[in-house]
Amino acid sequence: MAPVGSYDAIVVGAGHNGLVAACYLARAGLKTLVLERQPYIGGAAVSRRLYRDFTYSNCSYVCSLLRPEIIRTLQLPRFGLQLIPYEGGCTMMRDGGHLALYDNHDALRREIARHSKRDAEAYERYSRDVMRQCKFIKPLLMREPPDPTSFKPRDILELLHLGQRFHRLGERRMYDTLRFWSMSAADFLDEYFESEIVKAHFAGSSIIGTALGPRSPGTAYVLLHHYMGDIDDTVGAWGFARGGMGAISNALGASLQASGGAIRSGVEVARILVRGGRARGVALASGEEIRSRLVISNLDVRRTFLKTMDPGDLPDEFLRRVRNFKIRGSSGKLNIALDGLPSFPAIPAGAPCIRGDMHVTDTVEMMERAYDDWKDGRWSRAPYIDMLIPSQIDPSMVPDGKHYMSVFVQYCPYVLADGEWDGQQRQAFGDTVIDTIARHSPDFKSLILHAEIRTPWDIENEVGLTEGNIFQGELTMDQLLFNRPIPGYAQYRSPVRGMYMCGSSTHPGGGVMGAPGANAARAVLRDLRRMQPA
Amino acid sequence: MPADAVRPPHFEQPLLQTPFHARARALSQVDSFIPWAGYTTVDVFTHVEQEYFAIRNASTLYDLTPMVKYRITGRGGSAYLNRLVTRDVGKLKIDRVAYCVWCNDAGHLIDDGTVFRFGENEYRLCTAERQIDWLLDSAVGFEVDVTEITEEVAALALQGPTSFAVLKAAGLAGIERLRPFEIGRFSIATQPVTVSRTGFTGDLGYEIWMVPGSAEVVWDALMVAGRSRGIRAIGSQALNVARIEAGFISPKIDFLSAERTIRIGRERSPLELGLAWLVDFDKGHFTGRRALLEESRRGVRRRLVGLDVEGNKPAHNALLYAQRSGKHEIGFVTSATWSPTCKRNIALAMVDAPHFAVGGILWADIYLNRELVWERRMARSRVVERPFFAPDRRRATPPADF
Repeated sequence: MAPVGSYDAIVVGAGHNGLVAACYLARAGLKTLVLERQPYIGGAAVSRRLYRDFTYSNCSYVCSLLRPEIIRTLQLPRFGLQLIPYEGGCTMMRDGGHLALYDNHDALRREIARHSKRDAEAYERYSRDVMRQCKFIKPLLMREPPDPTSFKPRDILELLHLGQRFHRLGERRMYDTLRFWSMSAADFLDEYFESEIVKAHFAGSSIIGTALGPRSPGTAYVLLHHYMGDIDDTVGAWGFARGGMGAISNALGASLQASGGAIRSGVEVARILVRGGRARGVALASGEEIRSRLVISNLDVRRTFLKTMDPGDLPDEFLRRVRNFKIRGSSGKLNIALDGLPSFPAIPAGAPCIRGDMHVTDTVEMMERAYDDWKDGRWSRAPYIDMLIPSQIDPSMVPDGKHYMSVFVQYCPYVLADGEWDGQQRQAFGDTVIDTIARHSPDFKSLILHAEIRTPWDIENEVGLTEGNIFQGELTMDQLLFNRPIPGYAQYRSPVRGMYMCGSSTHPGGGVMGAPGANAARAVLRDLRRMQPA
Repeated sequence: MPADAVRPPHFEQPLLQTPFHARARALSQVDSFIPWAGYTTVDVFTHVEQEYFAIRNASTLYDLTPMVKYRITGRGGSAYLNRLVTRDVGKLKIDRVAYCVWCNDAGHLIDDGTVFRFGENEYRLCTAERQIDWLLDSAVGFEVDVTEITEEVAALALQGPTSFAVLKAAGLAGIERLRPFEIGRFSIATQPVTVSRTGFTGDLGYEIWMVPGSAEVVWDALMVAGRSRGIRAIGSQALNVARIEAGFISPKIDFLSAERTIRIGRERSPLELGLAWLVDFDKGHFTGRRALLEESRRGVRRRLVGLDVEGNKPAHNALLYAQRSGKHEIGFVTSATWSPTCKRNIALAMVDAPHFAVGGILWADIYLNRELVWERRMARSRVVERPFFAPDRRRATPPADF
């Protein structure tokens, strides 16, 4: 049944953040509608059946950051969400060796000690320091970042809160925090480890989704961004959503509907309507107009303001900053249906690490070279891959005996130096990745039943993320906290009254976290209370 | 027997076995094993009480192999150790052992342990936790080699009032002359061993160090020699009761290494732990000196104290209050036990200033599970001197020949 009439709030885009925001708004009693261009909801958190009975998490593929507060308040487990942690991971080396990560502390120490006894113990110091940074940043995730230039009591109080927390760290940790936020992952890891393979393994999370190399300043923070999630209070743990990442979106959708919210999928918003400096609703591509006094965009900041709004409704300087927002495509994705479990000769038989994330980049240098290719406008000839076979843990993804492999690929440019992306280029990119894996798995190629190859161009076109950037904008200091997405507009509001942002372009950024959506909803509700004194 | 060849890989069996494992396995009646520093070790063999009373009444064997051991050699050994630890290692004579602590720059405790001096430039450092990372960082600029040798040295603690008699019966000529904290070289059943008169029980006792290949022979010989002296193998639980009576602190129980803390304010200084006697400000520079000097000038914010708790229920994990009303929280218990030898209910506790003065009265909030019904009791507790138990026999040379 198509909803009719006007709404209190329209959320543009049914990505996980849009759904989270809509849930909170509906729960607050607003008549809320979510509009989604695709016939399915979820944005980049989807489960797709593109080949027989195989389910692909064909965009985002693992979960750790989804805020426990959101899971609880929105009762996502009641609506079918099951998060299952996976164990460990590994990096296979070019010389046939490997480094594995195990959950068991003693197994892990002995494993790292195979490469360096000292690194096995330095790992304790490394985890401690990363945990210390997590402890500092985690409470900031679910808060609206304060505007340091504002004199509003709320901003001053929030700044005080931030300052106090920072000050409480003590002199040494204050220095550490400031260094950490600005340094490169390679430099950071050099302060702990001596073994190349150990550094390479941990450096991986500093580049995922980022158009930066491990030697670029700012990547130490990206590493932390991948570390600060938790599953059942195990900080840094990653897991699968049972049934694929779409299970998260579906649970959010069900929660929304249970709160009285509505979703219309398969309808594209062509314009956000503004009259007299106020948001008034949206116009669909079909020509239909839907009225609403509040519009919340889940689209990235570039797509929101440059593609779905009339530039005449926005200040020039604001628009210039939007155009300058860094949101660069750097990642590709392969989703592969397998006829059986591939063998990995580098990994000892029975080692559980193949149930975690697997990699084949064994030095930081190799990772940086992969980045060099991206700068030259081509996909990495020896790409960094984050490869998982979730069907080993989640039996609901595949027919019995078969497997699903998710391969995240770094780096892959949005624009190629030698021409447009086309079917041939896409296949060549996919072949590069498949050949890379096949070097570590002799039977891999023969097991492939189907492969979906996604370039940044594909991700932009299907999901809507500008340049296919998975974080809706780089996670660098100039685009974090009160600078995200744009200085002066870091509190989910836009220059147009009644028009808000709730995507990962806003604080605290990307990953299937839900915090931007929840924070945006809170900002909307606070503004409503202010407008309607009780 | 090189069991390693057939051992499953670390991802299937993460814990190592000590060279005494087969013996321990055979004597274990209750299958109670716990991990300790990467090894599987016995928590309880038969019954904690029986094992405990053997420590105070007869003799006990405790497998000490997992204790992390570092060999420190080189011309800069003394200078290095003196920079590392807070005590004056320069005063440590050859063939003597010293209990030491070491800190980071902020004067926070990294670990405690024992330094053995075997020669002019040969030391061994025994610690509870692995820390080669810290030890190597500290070695920069010193002519010194630091190597972990945990797996190369098997060790047994032989503790209890009859331990001297057991060693004599085992044929250790001259063992009667070995003084507390002294090291001697002997043989047991033709196997060469190093014996130090040290221990973690606060009682008469020895620690016996050997190559792993000698482990089972030495164990068997001591068991035979001790049969008429009531020798038995003990696990960690019994030892824990004895070490609380002796007032010794235990890492991860009474303090956490400053290298491991994540939260702010969880670090501890040696002054807070009541170890000021181990800090020698006059010996020259050592890591943490400036911070400790400042702390000793300013006075500590909290201190580890001994408590004598009313009643007989151990004050495990109890919060401490200044008044019975339980309004003003002033600390918490870190270790607690009923002392079967002192017949007192004792505890170690971290108490805020100024409540840590000896003689002061605090209230421990104890939760009791009585047949599955939880009850809460405010127990009057008095701050007392440590150790709770320190018999003269531990120091007597020659020791009594029971």
